[in-house]
Amino acid sequence: MGSLKPADGHASETGFFVTQVDWVVNWGRKNSLWPMPLGLSCCGIELMAMIGPKFDIARFGAEAARFSPRQCDLMVVAGTLTWKMAEAARLIYDQMPDPKWVIAMGVCSSSGGMYDSYSVVQGIDMILPVDLYVPGCPPRPDAVIDAILKLQKKIEREHPFELLLGGDVVDEYDSGTKRFLRAPNHGVATTRSHEVLPPSGAGRDRT
Amino acid sequence: MSTQERVAVALGGIAHKIVPQRDDALVVEIDAAAALTVMTALKDRAGFDTNVFVTAIDRYPAEPRFTVQWAFLSTTHNDRVRIQARVAVENVHVPSITSLWPGTAYSERECFDMFGILFDGHVGLRRLLMPQGYDHFPLRKEFPHQGIEPDRLYREWDRARRERSPLRSESQV
Repeated sequence: MGSLKPADGHASETGFFVTQVDWVVNWGRKNSLWPMPLGLSCCGIELMAMIGPKFDIARFGAEAARFSPRQCDLMVVAGTLTWKMAEAARLIYDQMPDPKWVIAMGVCSSSGGMYDSYSVVQGIDMILPVDLYVPGCPPRPDAVIDAILKLQKKIEREHPFELLLGGDVVDEYDSGTKRFLRAPNHGVATTRSHEVLPPSGAGRDRT
Repeated sequence: MSTQERVAVALGGIAHKIVPQRDDALVVEIDAAAALTVMTALKDRAGFDTNVFVTAIDRYPAEPRFTVQWAFLSTTHNDRVRIQARVAVENVHVPSITSLWPGTAYSERECFDMFGILFDGHVGLRRLLMPQGYDHFPLRKEFPHQGIEPDRLYREWDRARRERSPLRSESQV
């Protein structure tokens, strides 16, 4: 068993046993995401289409949408979040057991979108840490499936074993911009994922 | 008998004024304090049995500043009338008509929420769309469209929640 490095250590430095445990745990987690659909507006319809038979998110193991946050580990905020709803959204997030991930689906939840308004949260990262932002108004189900695939790649890079040994997930909050920064997630060395999805097919990495 | 004649007969003895419109809508201006009397007369004597909405218009900088507006529909005569009353910002009191149309309660709550019009006699006049405890009225002209501290109530709630039950995976905000 190799030495345990702090959260910014790379897999190559942590030793064979740890990396293998991480790999197995991550493999299990990434292929069995249970989404918590928080359908707040029209994005919710695309989310239903994504879970339904035509787009079939079951191909990627994330079809078991549960309407109790206690059974979920992937929160999909689909639609316009208002400040009045923000308390409920945050409570739902808090009730989800760790490890948990958040996808901001659509421009409204990513940045407020066209609602530059007094009632709308200007990006759900003002109240929650977000793993992936999906642009589109609403995004096509393919784009959200792509986001789930990207999230799976992100989960592959996590180091759950360090958490087991007493590590902690602390999401940063930048009080200047009033935004959450996703913690170097569950031990991931790189920064939060602000990946912009490339246009379909063009320049997509095949790794 | 035209709609205007029917309304004039029903409102006989109550001060009112026909406001000319560019289309053929019938708009009647009344004194705000007389609203309940007028609505009772319209309902009982002119056959306006449905209240469509209650809303307000902020005519800043005109004085008096607000126009409270009720729209009614007669399902027996198939015609409509709009009643208006001017209300000053210093005294935004208007009688509630929930005793005549209980369903108007929601319209009046929304009108209170957006403009701050106080409907006297409404049993549950509290905010409908904005969070409880919000200090401002969003559809008034002085309200900036990006809001005044829109996240204040959420942040207060969030702080209280953290103090009540600090979670392990929480940052110190």
